[in-house]
Amino acid sequence: MTESQSLWLIPILPLIGAAINGLLGRRLPKAAVSAIAILTVLGSFLWVIKTISALGDLAAPHSEHYFTWIQSGTLDIGVDFMIDRLTRVMLLIVTGVGLLIHIYATGYMDHEEGFARFFSYLNLFMFFMLTLVLAKNFLLVFVGWEGVGLASYLLIGFYLKEKFAGDAGKKAFIVNRIGDFGFSLAMFLIVLTFGSLDFTKVFAAAAKMPVEAHAGILTAIALLIFVGACGKSAQMPLYVWLPDAMAGPTPVSALIHAATMVTAGVYIVARASVIFDRAPLALDVVSYIGLLTAVVAATIGMTQYDIKKVFAYSTVSQLGFMFMACGAKAYSSGIFHVATHAFFKAVLFLGAGSVIHALHGEQDMRNMGGLRSKTPQTFITLCLAWLAISGVPPFSGAMSKDEILIAVHGKSEWMFWVGVVTAGLTAFYVSRAMFMTFFGEYRGKAHPHESPFSMTGPLWVLGLLSAVGGYLVRDLVHSIGPEVAEHGDHSSLGFIVVAAGLIGIALAAFVYLFSRGLSQSFAKALGPVYHLVYDKYRVDEFYDAVIVRPIQAGSTWVLWRGVDHYLVDGLVQGIGNTIGNVGVVLRRAQGGHIPSYATWIAVGAAAALVGFQILSGGAR
Amino acid sequence: MNSLFPTPADFLRVLPVLILTLFGTLLMLLEPLTGDGKGEKPQLRWLAILGLALAMAGAVIAYGDPGPAFNGMLLVDGFGTFFTVLVAGTGLLTVFCAQDYLVRERQENGEFYALLLFSIAGQCIMATANELIILFVGLEISSISSYILAGFLRDDKRSSESALKYFLLGSFATCFLLYGVAWIYGLTGSTNLSVIHYTLGAAPVNPRLLALSVALMFVGFAFKVSAAPFQIWAPDVYQGAPSPVSAFLSAAPKATAFAIFLRVFMTAFGSVADQWQPLFWTSALATMVVGNFAALRQNNIKRLLAYSSIAHAGYVMVAVTSHSTVGTAAAMFYLASYAFVNVGAFAVVSYVAAKGEKHLSIDDFAGLAERQPLAALVMTIFFTSLIGVPLTAGFFGKFYIFKAALDAGMVWLTVLGLLNSAVAAYYYLRVIVVMYTHEPSQAVNDLEPASSGLQIGWVTAATATVVLGVLPSALLEFASRAALLR
Repeated sequence: MTESQSLWLIPILPLIGAAINGLLGRRLPKAAVSAIAILTVLGSFLWVIKTISALGDLAAPHSEHYFTWIQSGTLDIGVDFMIDRLTRVMLLIVTGVGLLIHIYATGYMDHEEGFARFFSYLNLFMFFMLTLVLAKNFLLVFVGWEGVGLASYLLIGFYLKEKFAGDAGKKAFIVNRIGDFGFSLAMFLIVLTFGSLDFTKVFAAAAKMPVEAHAGILTAIALLIFVGACGKSAQMPLYVWLPDAMAGPTPVSALIHAATMVTAGVYIVARASVIFDRAPLALDVVSYIGLLTAVVAATIGMTQYDIKKVFAYSTVSQLGFMFMACGAKAYSSGIFHVATHAFFKAVLFLGAGSVIHALHGEQDMRNMGGLRSKTPQTFITLCLAWLAISGVPPFSGAMSKDEILIAVHGKSEWMFWVGVVTAGLTAFYVSRAMFMTFFGEYRGKAHPHESPFSMTGPLWVLGLLSAVGGYLVRDLVHSIGPEVAEHGDHSSLGFIVVAAGLIGIALAAFVYLFSRGLSQSFAKALGPVYHLVYDKYRVDEFYDAVIVRPIQAGSTWVLWRGVDHYLVDGLVQGIGNTIGNVGVVLRRAQGGHIPSYATWIAVGAAAALVGFQILSGGAR
Repeated sequence: MNSLFPTPADFLRVLPVLILTLFGTLLMLLEPLTGDGKGEKPQLRWLAILGLALAMAGAVIAYGDPGPAFNGMLLVDGFGTFFTVLVAGTGLLTVFCAQDYLVRERQENGEFYALLLFSIAGQCIMATANELIILFVGLEISSISSYILAGFLRDDKRSSESALKYFLLGSFATCFLLYGVAWIYGLTGSTNLSVIHYTLGAAPVNPRLLALSVALMFVGFAFKVSAAPFQIWAPDVYQGAPSPVSAFLSAAPKATAFAIFLRVFMTAFGSVADQWQPLFWTSALATMVVGNFAALRQNNIKRLLAYSSIAHAGYVMVAVTSHSTVGTAAAMFYLASYAFVNVGAFAVVSYVAAKGEKHLSIDDFAGLAERQPLAALVMTIFFTSLIGVPLTAGFFGKFYIFKAALDAGMVWLTVLGLLNSAVAAYYYLRVIVVMYTHEPSQAVNDLEPASSGLQIGWVTAATATVVLGVLPSALLEFASRAALLR
């Protein structure tokens, strides 16, 4: 038993920041608001560092019990926090990357209205995200889970005056409800099966259960958890909210919709690895969904012109890779990719934000080009992330992606090859975005300028992490276990993965740098297929026609006109009239005359006396 | 050995009562010496606040050394301490919430605070009484102060009428209680609750006479908690009394009346529970139905809250009926959460009603959210708690009460009770809708901003409601331990 590390400080500090900025922020100068927002997150980050160094190698998890939250019968749910090797990595990512993005945001949001409101929400997000990763039971995870959803909703809809922002916020919220419903059902099943929601107890009990050859209770739990993960981590078929979520300010896209919140699904699957390991069927589902999502999102990413949309689909695709790793039981590789992805995708988004900032809000890549010389620092840092996501060694992304694909190879050969092709597509669309933005002639009208240091500083730190961060976190991540396959045995597979990335870059260079117009002829030649992909496979339209409209029609015709108007209104009015009559009787009894009241009491007393007499006689 | 003379420990155990009496007397003495001629007496207000805060602290200190005092007449245990702290806290909240009202009506003076403190002193005696005579003394101290408080606005007809009704009917009902006490003494030879419990358990007494005395005492208690069919006084009294007084009356005296109700029926009459449970069952149901259904058609907000308080007494009666430790703990939790909510809600009412309590119609609350968002927000929190929406104290209160009822096998009472709370949602929601969706009324447009004292009162009550709704376990754990009455 180790002594208390006051883990509660880690989430509470940002909450204090959120409270101060939310309540008093409007009256404070911007500098004070920024200072409060940054310093509270810095405090959390330092406390994480201090705690981790104090706890050593964490061979056994460190947990702290604060108080009993809900007690009902045998179910006992406490507010408990825990740090183990998995939490350690997540804490470092969330507070570290979160801190950098907070700093960046002070520069990015400088000219925006609602400065304090923005940082209040952003700090609130940090509170819930840290609660999510520190929680020691499923219900507390769920609190964080719902909380980050709320913060995400508030931040997507941050530009209150834009209708599309509000719509995007609602879409994210509603799609996530489906996932959350799955998660709640998973919790109910866990309570039914194990009688507890505490991680230690549930996983210890699950570890004693055999691997389920056919679908059983563990498979059901695992699949329901995965439904929740699909919603939060934007997997098929629930990924549609994430691209729209780009309506929020860019630092939000970087922090919430790339680096941290969307990886919560991967985290919870890795956390529940004991359950997933015993449910092979569920693992297969995780693999297939991950692979399908990776491919579909990558192809859509190839055709988009909005720079943030490209990176949004890229995020969906990379999350697919992480789930593929989990499906192959290589949870630590999945978390490894969470970490490296947090670095390079944060740079991609922040860099995109820097470009958008420089061009005063322009997001269409067709109106960019040649920015290499105009925003050199942004360009160089973005290059580091570009090489990382394309899988060029020794950059961080190459290390984690290699591991994932090698693990997938161990599970199934054909999935490996599809994954390799997808890795090539990834390199292609990111290179395309880079070439369209930074090379060639400038095609826009605005006057680009380099961003301030508050924005380029974090870009440099994250850019360097994208380059060499893989070496920094590798051992931390691998300590989570189980053992991953050594690279040496599979060097040929590693070469294939790297080659796929390089081919992707080369193809993009060929198409977008050397033979202009080729892309248009491609698009023409492919015709309807190209348009289908460009329109994102028309999934939104499909959902609209199959789900949204029937529900609307149903609520209009059946529920509103039918049930509500005739049935409920009729019933209520009928009951209401009857109740009204009762009320009249009661009111008449309440005439206000003391003698009649006294009579009433006397009658009541007489009734009580008689009643008690009868009962005492009956008991005899 | 019992000695005729009180020991120092005895005095320590009545510390809250001593403090309250001392400060009450002090307030009366200082009354003529203070005042700035404008009707404000902040010195007295702060003295009352100090007295109540010290009384709370005193109750905690007294609980450091629990046990019987004054030859077993009083019993300082967790149960009694819980209610002592609760009523003193309610009084504290009432002082904050009454400030605006008293200043507005130019009635802030020592008597108000002194009466409040005396009433609470009586309630502290009730909460720790372990003996029927001392219980009666506490009840009378509390009641007489309450009667005067109800008629505090001498020149206001409504207030005088309220006080007179309360006094006459209250005295009438107390007669029943006293008569019951007399019969019990005749049957068992004691007025000490522990002795009565022991005697009834050891040797059988005449069941008809026992039933008679139980019935008589039930009438007295049921009147005090406004349980049907003895609820008839409550709407008139709460409507006529000054709003801060109504707030206090519906929270503190009611909570302690339930405390003695529970203590007497859990300990002294615990062994004959099967005889009184069916009648309690009926009374609980009738109380819920009368309160909720009568509230549906009320347009006067004070009357609405009065009927609502009857309905909530019905829910607590469900807990009493279940006759179990779980039920007692549930009732304690419910009464605590209800006290915060009701004092807060009446404070908002008195704020909107403005000078002379003119604006008491629900329509006067129209558009409150637009003009005074804080007032509308806290009122919404209070009303959602009264409905029993999750994340408010009212939810867990109802949850534990109905859980206790189910544990006791009272399925039908649970079902009917839940149906009742569904009916209740209507009249609470109506007020919220009016506050948030209607155009501001004239009354709302004319409102001055609330004083900081009133805001402290609201925000404290609302915070407590939410905190108990999110983290009920600390209070509930204490209540569960304290509910082991013997």
